[in-house]
Amino acid sequence: MTHRRDRTLVARGLARVEGEGAMYVLVTDGRVAEVRLDIYEPPRFFEAFLRGRAFTEPPDITARVCGICPVAYQTSACRAIEDACGAELDGPLADLRRLLYCGEWIGSHALHIYMLHAPDFLGYPGIVEMAAEHREVVERGLALRSAGNAIMELLGGRSIHPVNVRVGGFYRAPSRGELAPLARQLRGALPLALDTVRWVAGFDFPDFTCPHELLALADPGRYPIERGTVATSGGLAFAAAEFEQHVVEEQVPHSTALHARLTGNGLDASGRYLTGPLARYTLNSGSLPPLAAHAAAEAGLGPECRNPFRSIIVRAVEIVCAIEEALRLIEDYRPPARPAVAVTARAATGYGVSEAPRGVLYHRYEIHADGTIASARIVPPTSQNQRAIEDDLRRFVADRLDFDDERLTGACEQAIRNYDPCISCATHFLDLRIDRR
Amino acid sequence: MTVPQASCRRAVVIGVGNEFRRDDAAGPAVVAVLARQVPAGVTLAVNDGEPARMIEAWAGLPLAIVVDAVRAEPAVPGRLHRLVLDHPAIGVGGPVSSHGLGLDDAVGLGRALDRMPGRLIVHAVEAGDLGQGAGLTPAVAAVIDTLAAAVLRDLRSQRSA
Repeated sequence: MTHRRDRTLVARGLARVEGEGAMYVLVTDGRVAEVRLDIYEPPRFFEAFLRGRAFTEPPDITARVCGICPVAYQTSACRAIEDACGAELDGPLADLRRLLYCGEWIGSHALHIYMLHAPDFLGYPGIVEMAAEHREVVERGLALRSAGNAIMELLGGRSIHPVNVRVGGFYRAPSRGELAPLARQLRGALPLALDTVRWVAGFDFPDFTCPHELLALADPGRYPIERGTVATSGGLAFAAAEFEQHVVEEQVPHSTALHARLTGNGLDASGRYLTGPLARYTLNSGSLPPLAAHAAAEAGLGPECRNPFRSIIVRAVEIVCAIEEALRLIEDYRPPARPAVAVTARAATGYGVSEAPRGVLYHRYEIHADGTIASARIVPPTSQNQRAIEDDLRRFVADRLDFDDERLTGACEQAIRNYDPCISCATHFLDLRIDRR
Repeated sequence: MTVPQASCRRAVVIGVGNEFRRDDAAGPAVVAVLARQVPAGVTLAVNDGEPARMIEAWAGLPLAIVVDAVRAEPAVPGRLHRLVLDHPAIGVGGPVSSHGLGLDDAVGLGRALDRMPGRLIVHAVEAGDLGQGAGLTPAVAAVIDTLAAAVLRDLRSQRSA
């Protein structure tokens, strides 16, 4: 234990987050003076790279932003371009898009729960050490991830950076017969997903509440995944086209990623808000399909969840939801007459949102009449969450100043992992530093 | 990914990297060169180095060859390294992967779960630039064919072994 009243802690090369980052904490005279999540992003490379490219290219190009959530990028891009061009997917094509996205949720959440987050709760430095003592558990995680990847491979052509997605739908739609083995694998994965909820619900969670405005999509009658309008816990509701009227991105000195701020009547002047599993669940728990809703109740989740440490339970419930949804979509599937609807370029601006595993992902494209991209805007979930994460960490550290530097650094890293920050998406290559002066 | 019949699979070549992160694309570039040259029974794969994907790609095979860009300090862009783990029982030392969860995690997890290949060969090239952008730096681009040839040699020597 330290009794120093002034100190600086730095965590460089945050472990077990997607990408790289750093956290800096300054403690002066026994009080937390500053907390920064430092993110170094070469400025918006992808947005600049898209200018002048054909309107059909963003789904393939933006999928490369992230190896964990390429379908989110493809979907938000497709939706924005289809919006600009006046096209809309319906029936089986819309269902296939949701099914593909379910695959990404299953794979991404299984990766985060088992490989990145659970070792924190069980006291292991990482997945390798956890696997040595909990082999069956890790095998279960890999089987779930494999089920998610199987959906991505069948519908997307491959599990990383899928190649079968196009503006207007797909290059090729599967037959019912092709989906049958997938359904068998998913039926086998469902009990594993339910076991996962029970397993993580038994972890010890610190008491901690995030008070921020929560922002998620709403999709009447069902849990939001691949589409929806934007809603917040304070009652804001707006369409994707109004996103930039409500979400303002700003430069901050310590980060090359932009920080987002939510504006609107009655909102906290700080503009802090949180998107991702906690927001999604809190705003949509009533729309979970039956098995997922039952699993959530059994795990002790009420209609709201505002403890970031318990987000691991929400992710587990969302795996159940995604498998349940995938099985329903496969059961109801009838191959479409054509694998994609025609999309014709026109001079227009389009907007698209979807629920990436880490939260709302917004795309906006301005398209010239010749079909080339005039401008692009991408707002990933992690850059939206940075202010809220920093504020949560400030309060988290303030309650743990009696920890020595090593223990406090470890606790902060775990706290950051609660948000599953995809620094690869928001930025690239982020480092934790705590100053006690 | 090129996938031969499961029964005759004997090796996998995994190019690890992201084509929009400059020299990180070295692994995929080598796989592209190998696309029409690999012997029968060899699977070609490109992925992001995430351990679960790596294990899935190499589990149960006699041979896995991983091609990856690495960071080194000080770096000599284009310098090549070859590491061999027979019946891998130790982690991968030396240069580290350019990815968050690295090859050492994949090897550690593969060992813990008994899902390692019989032999693991890692071809690593020191990167000059891992920033945002497409295209290899000249120093790394210049060794892609050399790397591909080295992978083919490993595949042939395994077949004749």
